[in-house]
Amino acid sequence: MVETFVNLLVQGVLIGGLYALFALGLSLSLGVMRFVNLAHGDLIVVASFAILAICSALGWSPFLVGLLLTPLAFGVGWALQRLLLQPTVGKGILPVLLVTFGLSIIIQNGLLQTFGANTRKLSGGVVEVLAFRVGFIDIGVYPLLVFIVAAVCIGGLEAFLYRTSTGARIRAVADDPGAADLIGLSSKQIYAVAMGVVAVTMMISATAMSVWSNFDPAIGPSRMLLAFEAVVLGGLGSLWGTLLGGIILGVAQNLGSQVDASWQILAQHLVFLIALVLRPQGLLSRG
Amino acid sequence: MSSAKTFTYGLRAALALVAVACMFGPWLFDASDLSVLTEFFTLLTLAMTWNLLAGYADIITVGQHGFVGLGAYAFFGFTALAHFNPYLAIPLAALFATLVAIPTMLVVFRLRTAYLAVGTWVAAEVMSLIGGKLPGFGGGSGTSLPIAIVKQFGSSSVARTDMFYFLSGGLALLTLVAIWALLRSRIGLGLTAMRDNEEAAGSAGVNLTAIRVICFLFVAPILGLAGVLATLEKLRVAPSASFSLADWTINVIFIVVIGGIGSMEGPILGAVVYFVLRQYLADFGAWYLILLGAIAIAVIMVEPKGLWGLLKRVRAPDLIPVSHRPAED
Amino acid sequence: MTAPLLEVEKLCVFYDHFQAVHNVDLTVGAGEIVSIIGANGAGKSSFLKALVRQAGRSTGSARFEGVDLSTLETREIVKLGVALVPEGRKLFPTLTVFENLRMGWELGRQGEIDLATVYKWFPVLQERREQRARELSGGQQQMVALGRALLANPKLLLCDEISLGLAPRIVNELYEIIPKVRDRGIGIVVVEQDITRSLAVADRFYCFLEGEVSLSGKPADVDRASILQHYFGA
Repeated sequence: MVETFVNLLVQGVLIGGLYALFALGLSLSLGVMRFVNLAHGDLIVVASFAILAICSALGWSPFLVGLLLTPLAFGVGWALQRLLLQPTVGKGILPVLLVTFGLSIIIQNGLLQTFGANTRKLSGGVVEVLAFRVGFIDIGVYPLLVFIVAAVCIGGLEAFLYRTSTGARIRAVADDPGAADLIGLSSKQIYAVAMGVVAVTMMISATAMSVWSNFDPAIGPSRMLLAFEAVVLGGLGSLWGTLLGGIILGVAQNLGSQVDASWQILAQHLVFLIALVLRPQGLLSRG
Repeated sequence: MSSAKTFTYGLRAALALVAVACMFGPWLFDASDLSVLTEFFTLLTLAMTWNLLAGYADIITVGQHGFVGLGAYAFFGFTALAHFNPYLAIPLAALFATLVAIPTMLVVFRLRTAYLAVGTWVAAEVMSLIGGKLPGFGGGSGTSLPIAIVKQFGSSSVARTDMFYFLSGGLALLTLVAIWALLRSRIGLGLTAMRDNEEAAGSAGVNLTAIRVICFLFVAPILGLAGVLATLEKLRVAPSASFSLADWTINVIFIVVIGGIGSMEGPILGAVVYFVLRQYLADFGAWYLILLGAIAIAVIMVEPKGLWGLLKRVRAPDLIPVSHRPAED
Repeated sequence: MTAPLLEVEKLCVFYDHFQAVHNVDLTVGAGEIVSIIGANGAGKSSFLKALVRQAGRSTGSARFEGVDLSTLETREIVKLGVALVPEGRKLFPTLTVFENLRMGWELGRQGEIDLATVYKWFPVLQERREQRARELSGGQQQMVALGRALLANPKLLLCDEISLGLAPRIVNELYEIIPKVRDRGIGIVVVEQDITRSLAVADRFYCFLEGEVSLSGKPADVDRASILQHYFGA
């Protein structure tokens, strides 16, 4: 009994890493550009399908393809900000919400047209089936690797934001885009760079997700809700909080699925709502 | 009278004529047209409520479908499971939706602006998931409305079509009048102030929270009633159908955005455009939604106030007068 | 006479349909302190922001070392040598003092004035360099704002109401730095509501009234009464 429980806990923690990867980009776009990207999940799904298409055509490993697509992802994020999202800056919450909403619908249906509604999954090779035991706890190698990648990404992003000059510029624009423009720091350019970084995290999440579990054109919104909940749960402005949020949601899902399969998602949402009532600012919120 | 005024009154008269014609629907249109009109009125109702919240009270929701589903499931519960008279179950369903709105607000209003929007989406998901778990409602695939109950709305299919038409048209008219009355009231004055400049409204003494709560509670029963209509139209309840994001939120948002957010005329215009587009483009399946999304994005970039905003730029008059300006002329 | 550093001719600034500045002519030379005085809403701030292309729409011409500023982006103008100390300081609250200052250096021309210089002028900033800007007092924040602009090594420094909301003692400290900056050959525009302070430090001045230049000249040549008249409008 205890064994089962502890194993569930550990699996929940590990999947929390995957969820943190989903949420990382959203955390950035929320914290820096201060907008909720309703197309966040769909963009990750698009990236997954891109990896799928190339893997099918060339037969390469998804991890290799994901890595090679990363610079392209940066460019797409950069362009998305410059062309579609920048015009909505400073015009209130509605325009950007609606534009990303519209984008979400377009992406979902575009993918549906192109790839059909079937669920897909990519093969990661032998690493998917490897596992080891620590005492009575089963740990899959792949989930552990993803968790480590998530932690490395978070650490890397923190270092980028707080120890580099470009990171300082991003934080400056996040603080006060008007002030930045006044002294010659173009908020437009910085937003584009930030969105490029967000897109890179999306590509990494997509790579991890496409091998971890099934995906199809319609799962974007549920990924976005999950990412959103992880960010708010963890506390806005805290990247490690996002990891904690992801872990909590992962554990909640696992415990829920023990009751029965349909409780999995419900448990995730309920835990979020309860935490929202008890501590609306999130767990590790920075001032 | 100036020509501008004549034009305004003329348009209003035309609008009234159309409304009157709709009251004679069953004698003017055939069954399939009536079905389309029923759907039109339902979507129009939802568009008007979403517009009230998002365009005036600054509560952007992406979770209307939750309350629609609540109304649908409550209606089913009261009639099919508790065996109440269906005509009694209708207001009870509206009441139920309103009651659930209260704890929903308490939780979700802890978030603000865009976060609030996603919060309402989460709430709707929870409602949908719970609905799918309730015993008696058919679980994840739902169940049909018993024939006996359906027949209470008309013994023949034609009679039922007529009845649903009147119910949906009635709801749309009721909603229009209710929102118009709200906007003309003191609360409406506050809403218009909030729409134009929230910060200024707040410092001018408008109680933002109270107005938001009132609007949310105002809208909840209407959404519940729309849910009742949905059940009657589809003759079944199911999480995917009753709590459909696509039907009750996505389409509605597109309608309001394209038609014109923050005005009374916008949703009406948007609903008309939406249905016209659908008539000609529905065959294209997913492309239709892609086009709709693209149009919505284009509208937001070019004229955030939608088609009605464009028309107003060329000096179209207020067809539905809700302004509090002192009388001109 | 050498060409002026800044030459403004018939500058107008519009915010949508509202005109904040009407046909202003103004010059600033290297190593010169020029004051702009005027009441609230007289258009002084809009004028400064328009020079760095951060205010609405402008017509007319503003030439810095012969270059037409209206053809450039703000960051190019800063690189050229025009630095603004914005109204309300406009620091980045969550960044440290050091990070705020460094921003000025990175965005600017990089020259003689470096971090050591700024720390010499404002020792308290060196003490507090790792603190977040929002934890500083108003006066210290103003020092950071001024330091940030100076680290850009401008040829033309634009100071927008640096004394606003500060105690006289602090303002004195700030204004002791202004002549030192001028002595390095930098042209300075000082916008103030405080007439006495501003005219005491100025080589020349302009008085703005409702977006127009109502009076200009050397402080010594104009009497108090005349200044007040053109400040408030007869």
